[in-house]
Amino acid sequence: MISTDLTQGTTPTGWGLILLFVAICVALAKPVGLWLFALYEGRDTPLSRVLGPVERGIYRLGGIDPAREQTWRDYALAMLLFQIVTAIATYTLLRLQGMLPLNPRGLSGLSPDLAMNTAISFATNTNWQAYAGEATLSNLSQMLALVPHNFLSAATGIAVAFALFRGFARRQTRFIGNFWADLVRVTLYLLVPLAVVFALVLVAGGVPQTLASSIDATTVEGAHQTLIVGPIASQEAIKMVGTNGGGFFNANSAHPFENPGALVNFLQMLSIFVIGIGLTWCFGKAVGDTRQGWAILAAMLILFTAGTAIVYWAEAGGNPLLHHAGLAGANLEGKEVRFGTAASALFAAVTTAASCGAVNAMHDSFTPLGGLIPLFNIELGEVVVGGVGSGIYGFLLFALLAVFIAGLMVGRTPEYVGKKIESREVKLAVLAIVVLPVCILGGTALASVLADGLAGPANKGPHGFTEILYAFTSATGNNGSAFAGLNANSPFYNGMLAVAMWIGRFFVMVPVLAIAGSLAQKKHTPASAGSFPTTGPLWIGLLVAIVLVVGGLTFLPALALGPIAEHLAMLAGTTF
Amino acid sequence: MLNDLAKAFRPALVLTVLLFVLTGLVYPLTMTGLAQALFPHAANGSLIRRDGHVIGSALIGQAFAAPGYFHPRLSAAGKGYDPTQSGGSNLGPTSKALIDRVSADVRANPGAPADLLTTSASGLDPDITPEAAEWQVPRVAAARHLAPARVNALVQNAIRAPLLGLIGEPRVNVLTLNLALDKLAGKGAQHVS
Repeated sequence: MISTDLTQGTTPTGWGLILLFVAICVALAKPVGLWLFALYEGRDTPLSRVLGPVERGIYRLGGIDPAREQTWRDYALAMLLFQIVTAIATYTLLRLQGMLPLNPRGLSGLSPDLAMNTAISFATNTNWQAYAGEATLSNLSQMLALVPHNFLSAATGIAVAFALFRGFARRQTRFIGNFWADLVRVTLYLLVPLAVVFALVLVAGGVPQTLASSIDATTVEGAHQTLIVGPIASQEAIKMVGTNGGGFFNANSAHPFENPGALVNFLQMLSIFVIGIGLTWCFGKAVGDTRQGWAILAAMLILFTAGTAIVYWAEAGGNPLLHHAGLAGANLEGKEVRFGTAASALFAAVTTAASCGAVNAMHDSFTPLGGLIPLFNIELGEVVVGGVGSGIYGFLLFALLAVFIAGLMVGRTPEYVGKKIESREVKLAVLAIVVLPVCILGGTALASVLADGLAGPANKGPHGFTEILYAFTSATGNNGSAFAGLNANSPFYNGMLAVAMWIGRFFVMVPVLAIAGSLAQKKHTPASAGSFPTTGPLWIGLLVAIVLVVGGLTFLPALALGPIAEHLAMLAGTTF
Repeated sequence: MLNDLAKAFRPALVLTVLLFVLTGLVYPLTMTGLAQALFPHAANGSLIRRDGHVIGSALIGQAFAAPGYFHPRLSAAGKGYDPTQSGGSNLGPTSKALIDRVSADVRANPGAPADLLTTSASGLDPDITPEAAEWQVPRVAAARHLAPARVNALVQNAIRAPLLGLIGEPRVNVLTLNLALDKLAGKGAQHVS
């Protein structure tokens, strides 16, 4: 029953939606980039008049001199210490949930392994959720234990990106900025205002925002239904803007209270990308050549559009096993009618290209190839736009590798945006890039042979393996989306995945800061006739190829055992 | 190194407390106040009341089994449409359980559109496709002793078109449609925010 029609039920409307999305992304790059650039430079923003006193008050109480810059070591130390302190705060709040207020349903505290997993998950911008929000967390926990991380982990990512930009832009200095000042300024002047506006838009679109926790309804047919509500819009807004992805509900952005309509859904997808897109332009501006930023954005959007097209094509084509059973058409298992195939496929691509992890459809029920792309997007390092901050610094690691490889080919010392790229930077970049495959493949291999690991998957056959692979991919990549059939709330998975999340975040961030420190000390090397041009189609093509080969090829054997094997089984009519 | 760490402790602790209060209390509470003042209906869950009692939310699907009502999609949320347990089936494309379920449902409901025989992602999907509603018109009309054309007119009236023809899918809200049906039969429904 393989369709010979190449369009496979995809529609002009569906393709139009995807193109409209990409077009708006391109249009957003400069305006958002300008705003980010003001923060990068430490200039006043129009909001400084209102929030300036708050900013200065925070510095005074914290004993911080924002003008006093840090070396990369001090910057990294401050950043790491802050993550540990905030994670402990959240762990404590979650453990004590049963004794704290705003808990009318009397939900008890979380188990130690679940509280630890959740605290690390939110501190690392992963927002992997081994629990179901509506059944596990009080309104206070959702607000006070989790929402701050949505702001602060996002601000941390952007701060590290700024530090790396400074490494490229500055000459012969040891200093790359002040972590505390970057953190506070990004939170106050970027994330809070964006979240406030977006939260109101969400409420206008139907997302609840109340301190009530549940409402009893008697349905039309007389049954009892308990509606769960809460401060949802305020969490949803920063969950998207900060590429966090941790939902108020188990169903995440598929839940009608998180994502009630098609327009809200479209805005949610844009809000995932908005800062990441702006950071590409901001990078170009910071290094004094905006074409450098556009080249990166072009490479990102090429990879993004190709991936999205495959997901849409696969999902619209549907499942031949279901066609054979008499159910024609697209694969609607695990999708919402208001989004349909195109917007579900687009959302899946966006959320995994960025390190968001929110979902508006269940990836576990996607066709094998439709589910392969989200997995692959994360395995590329989430550098296709990517998480706020982490996307651009991850992509710049690949750019360093690309100039290095181009340099080997022409036999010259590689240069990038005015800096000589030498052995130290390349070693650090490779270190940061290698963390992902080691952690993902190592963790998956371990879970695939241990009884505790094999107890997790809900599906049998290659799909069960994909569930495990997706979990380690999502955790290490700090994505947080899931093939949700995996029962991940066990001490084994809570522990293993917490380690994966921590390594995946900070074993990349610290080398990135070290690269920033190393670059900042170098002289400016003006481009010469022998320099490899890092703008234009040749460079963009090289970037795309390096990301695919270095980022992707490592995972091919694992993907062959999971989604590719399942695809072949599906075509052969095998079930598990 | 240890000295540097000690110096970083004060900002780390103070910023944790201040920023947790700002983003974890001030921000969500302010938004709650604004939302309740500006959009009270939506902020409280888009509730629908009949005769003063909450019968559900316009955004959350609920179960309908009687032949005289339009039926929603299959739900994997708890025992079906349980908002305390949102989620999908998470059955993979080669799952025997999925294929067996669909095969049995297709035999029992020949010709049913795909959305009616698949579970939604949330288990709370309030909508069905226009085709799924139209497919149910004969059953609903017969159960209510109404002319199919009258019921079909209600369905056509309930179809929501995509924004700009691009954003969203054509869909029908099952609860709203069923309330319109009841209204036709004389049971008054009213929206109260």
